[in-house]
Amino acid sequence: MSDPTPRSQELRIPSLARVEGETALHLRIDHGTVIEARLKIYEPPRFFEAFLRGRAHTEPPDLTSRICGICPVAYQMSACRAIEDACGVVVDGQLAALRRLLYCGEWIESQTLHIHMLHAPDFLGEDDVIGLSRSHLEHVKRGLRLKQAGNAVVELLGGRAIHPVNVRIGGFHRAPTRAELRPLEERLRTALDDAWDTVRWVAGFEFPDAECDADLLALAEEGTYAIESGVPTVLPYDEMLPPYSFPLRDFTDHVAEEQVSHSTALHSRLDGRRHLTGSLARWAVSGYLLSPLALEAAREAGLGDPLSRAGAGRAEVCRNPYRSILVRAVEVLYAVEEALRIITEYERPARPYVEVPARAGIGHGATEAPRGLLYHRYAFDDGGRVTDARIVPPTAQNQGAIEEDLRRLVQAGLDRGEGSEAELTRLCERAVRNHDPCISCSAHFLELDIERTH
Amino acid sequence: MSTPTTPQPPVRPRLGVFKFASCDGCQLTLLDCEDELLGIAAELEIAHFLEASSEPAPGPYDLVLVEGSVSTPEHVERIRRIRADARHLVTIGACATAGGVQALRNYADVDGYLATVYARPEYIETLATSTPVSAHVPVDFELRGCPIDRGQLVEVITAFLAGRKPAIPNHSVCFACKRRGNVCVTVAHGTPCLGPVTHAGCGALCPTYGRGCYGCFGPAGTTNLPALVPLMQRDGMSEEDIGRFLHTFNVTAFTAVEEQGQPGVTDAEGPG
Repeated sequence: MSDPTPRSQELRIPSLARVEGETALHLRIDHGTVIEARLKIYEPPRFFEAFLRGRAHTEPPDLTSRICGICPVAYQMSACRAIEDACGVVVDGQLAALRRLLYCGEWIESQTLHIHMLHAPDFLGEDDVIGLSRSHLEHVKRGLRLKQAGNAVVELLGGRAIHPVNVRIGGFHRAPTRAELRPLEERLRTALDDAWDTVRWVAGFEFPDAECDADLLALAEEGTYAIESGVPTVLPYDEMLPPYSFPLRDFTDHVAEEQVSHSTALHSRLDGRRHLTGSLARWAVSGYLLSPLALEAAREAGLGDPLSRAGAGRAEVCRNPYRSILVRAVEVLYAVEEALRIITEYERPARPYVEVPARAGIGHGATEAPRGLLYHRYAFDDGGRVTDARIVPPTAQNQGAIEEDLRRLVQAGLDRGEGSEAELTRLCERAVRNHDPCISCSAHFLELDIERTH
Repeated sequence: MSTPTTPQPPVRPRLGVFKFASCDGCQLTLLDCEDELLGIAAELEIAHFLEASSEPAPGPYDLVLVEGSVSTPEHVERIRRIRADARHLVTIGACATAGGVQALRNYADVDGYLATVYARPEYIETLATSTPVSAHVPVDFELRGCPIDRGQLVEVITAFLAGRKPAIPNHSVCFACKRRGNVCVTVAHGTPCLGPVTHAGCGALCPTYGRGCYGCFGPAGTTNLPALVPLMQRDGMSEEDIGRFLHTFNVTAFTAVEEQGQPGVTDAEGPG
């Protein structure tokens, strides 16, 4: 290991820490050149798409929430949208507002979890949040408080923070009264201060130079920062190519994933190119639609001014994956503000849900999970039974970009003379955590271009 | 071992958290203990917890929490190694305790499942079954739920630290529902509800939100499932509907109740 540029080397990191789920990394280095960087996901298959078949059209929201304990609301919302699309039902008004409120709760708690517990320790030289609490107790306490505020929103609206029970197709089993939502207001006002302080805190971190050369894919919605709905929109890495959108029903025509080698490595392509979803993509596509307060925080944090490019329909683009923690912090601030706005404007709807009668058809749904665009598609028979299900989670889409990121970072590390296993491991783990991967989600959906034999 | 030595600083019990086939939600519950997390970390040395720490330490561990079901050949080996390293092993959640939602494969053709989900099924290594940890190694306590309840997790950890049995009641959701003052959704609204046969622990969440319990904590200690079936039929469920209702998040445990009249998992030490 003393040779800084070993001629031939294989590095295996058997288990990556502080990511959601289980994955390993395999690097092949030949004569100082990185030949291959492969994330080896060893999450066992859980077969959701298979056992959804035959289930009633009311069941996917509860079932698919079990794909991920960190973003169950995202699964419930994408499933609801896809089923309602198949059944020709649109949920709007206060019910739609309540869904956005629930989703804001998940954004707050999930993004805060990533910022404070999984990501910040990297910038401050700690192994974990416990170490961080010894060196930065006030920041950790603030993070826990902020996370708790997000959980409080999900718990009140959904019953519990993990796998909420109150969501159903068409809306909710029970809609809260105005009085029931009121206790959240005070908590969210404190959270607004905490979110501001978090932006300032992470803005002080040191960010290595890096650039992710991938197309950015996020939902876009007119007039608002897209969370629970929108149209898939692409900002190509090649600035000569114009931004474009495509109808959600064409999603799998554009986003194709192939199971390429043993067990789990996977290539994801958006119109033949590498792509990335998540905070960096959302900020690039819709940053200019954030609230004035969130934009002020973004400018203060050094993310630039997306309004300056709004005329061109493009936000200022940040492609440095290390700085994704900044965008997450700004998104938390926005979600807190948005939750407060929804609560203030809330009027209890006459009924907690609209009827969604079963019918034969195919429906598509996509929402912005904290980690990126989450797509569901269901086909139903006349009796409303699922005949086919496809789920494309963000991490499965991001894997190609993450691997390329790793290849480049390791190459740069080798070129700097950082060739030891410990150095490379540290570099790679940081690089993976920049993308907040959600491995439990990704493993079950390796293949989307399936020739189905049944 | 017994050689007298100079006084040492108190040694905290070492905690290990391990994951098998699962969604991460139950171990996340530990991070969701925002009010208790730093206190827990003061009482226990978090020696192995990959979701939270990048410095995993080898065993032995005093308390091991296992999330997820055993579903690959590698899992079978790994759970044995972990058991050998664990003084006290607690399973957390429906996957580790009853095989979880992925145990639906146990009643299906797994090759068909593989072909449905994967283009190259031959690359995927999996068992035909998803089984609870207790099917492979002895388990000291099983904590139910999909996901587990935060309060119950804190109780299990507290009980371990105090050297007593966890006070986790074995009764049905109905008890919690009455205590919460809910109107019975089945009696008042004709809503099918698994509360009478489901293990308490969630605080009767679903009836509180106006829906029927869907059984995510698995069967209660004693159940009378045959008595509930006609009620569900009265409320409009077909035999097939009832089958799916029972066969979801704790499919193996409810199947065992149907077949033997008793839960397929036991509360190893839970007071009855």
